[in-house]
Amino acid sequence: MNPSDSSGSSGVEGLLRALAPQALGALVRRYGGFDTCEDAVQEALLAAAVQWPRDGIPANPKGWLITVASRRRIELWREDSARRRREESAAALTPPDPDPAPAADDTLTLLLLCCHPSLTPTSQVALTLRAVGGLTTGEIARALLVPEATVGQRISRAKQRIKTSGAEFRLPPEAERTARLDAVMEVLYLIFNEGYTASSGPDLSRADLTAEAIRLTRQLRDLLPGHGEAAGLLALMLLTDARRPARTRPDGALIPLAEQDRTRWNADAIAEGVELITRTLATAPIGPYQLQAAIAAVHAEAPRPQDTDWRQILGLYDLLHALAPGPMVTLNRIVATAMVDGPREGLARLTEAESDPALSGHHRLAAVRAHLLELAGDLPAARTCYRLAARRTLSLPERRYLESRASRLTR
Amino acid sequence: MKYLILIYTNPATREVWDALPEAQREAGYQAHLAFRESLADSGELIVAEALADPATARRMTTTGGRTSTADGPFAEAKELLAGFYLIECESLERAIEHGSRVPEAEFGLVEVRPILDLHAP
Repeated sequence: MNPSDSSGSSGVEGLLRALAPQALGALVRRYGGFDTCEDAVQEALLAAAVQWPRDGIPANPKGWLITVASRRRIELWREDSARRRREESAAALTPPDPDPAPAADDTLTLLLLCCHPSLTPTSQVALTLRAVGGLTTGEIARALLVPEATVGQRISRAKQRIKTSGAEFRLPPEAERTARLDAVMEVLYLIFNEGYTASSGPDLSRADLTAEAIRLTRQLRDLLPGHGEAAGLLALMLLTDARRPARTRPDGALIPLAEQDRTRWNADAIAEGVELITRTLATAPIGPYQLQAAIAAVHAEAPRPQDTDWRQILGLYDLLHALAPGPMVTLNRIVATAMVDGPREGLARLTEAESDPALSGHHRLAAVRAHLLELAGDLPAARTCYRLAARRTLSLPERRYLESRASRLTR
Repeated sequence: MKYLILIYTNPATREVWDALPEAQREAGYQAHLAFRESLADSGELIVAEALADPATARRMTTTGGRTSTADGPFAEAKELLAGFYLIECESLERAIEHGSRVPEAEFGLVEVRPILDLHAP
């Protein structure tokens, strides 16, 4: 199954999503003014969503969108009468577009613009989903579980910021590009996680965010074929999403990795992710997304939990710790240590890690300690730690899970 | 992350508030209005409401499918909820920064609570 297929409920929707950034790119290239063009394209997309299923898809759908959006853009421009004079002078100054760049370049330029460093992460997410993902404000609001007005504000505010920052619709200079691409990948990973954390029942629109993130990351990887981290991020998403069917019980309760029914993992996604990360590790400079994908691949390749190659996972965490240290890397490395050298060794490392202010008092540290105490056979202490972790987490399913671990030890 | 900024009231602060000259009370309302507008403008506001006087509240008890209500106010509560802002922002630090702009924060009556995510870790 190609995960991008699941992002649209109909052919029209999928087509519109794919064409949205191309139409927007063409419009901005022709007229300038990202903010007005984005509004115009959004309205053209809404019109197409109504008309195409009814009247049929036009022979040249991209041309249709660009024409309708151009017309709408001129109307939007005229509505603001104070701008009329500027419009005339701008029209005189704007040179015709002699050689439009291929659409692929526009999508990358758009992604970089939507993830501009002057924007907050919440705004970057909203703007990326709308301008590059082609989602409506309402769809984004439902996916992010916030009111539509809030998303509308985030988008208009973000566009205002881009305007005042003087950012232009072109690829940033080579020197800036690495940092800017890092920001794009962070936003895509944020969108993925936003979708991945919603897994159960009625929240299908939330789960759609996962498919959307994979679709956009796939585009990014296609635009940057030699970029190891773009490929690593795609592999990480595929391998993580592959576990989704086995990750929750029907009532929404979490199932830990060791207890998941591995036959329910998505074998196609795993095959694609493993192949991608294996090829990438051999050819590209290594990076944090690739290492995380490699760890996910090692888990995915174990038919049973006891077959997991923890020594290899520990080695990968050692590399990740050296390359991109962070509190969660520290904790996961400790778990791997415990699986290789025993729970007592893990508990000793945990006590050392506690001096890090980012970890002391964190519910995950208490949860890991509880797990290691349980493995070491100290059940009363494990129970106390599970309860402590349950009180500190901000996630209800995780709280339920930790409480059930605690009460299981009571019996 | 979503956060709830809670604003409490108690009889003592209520008295202070009622005794304030009209202009100062007006300034208090304006501060809330400006705060709300800035939150909406930054796309961080989800909803904000002021609650009616606790005397209008009903406490309800449902027993065996039958609901009975009692009139407020509830003497056993030292502090009562007066209003709230539900916001979504980057961090607890940012939420606290917002909370500090609530005029009642001067009297120690503002609380910031992270919202429990009902969906997953």
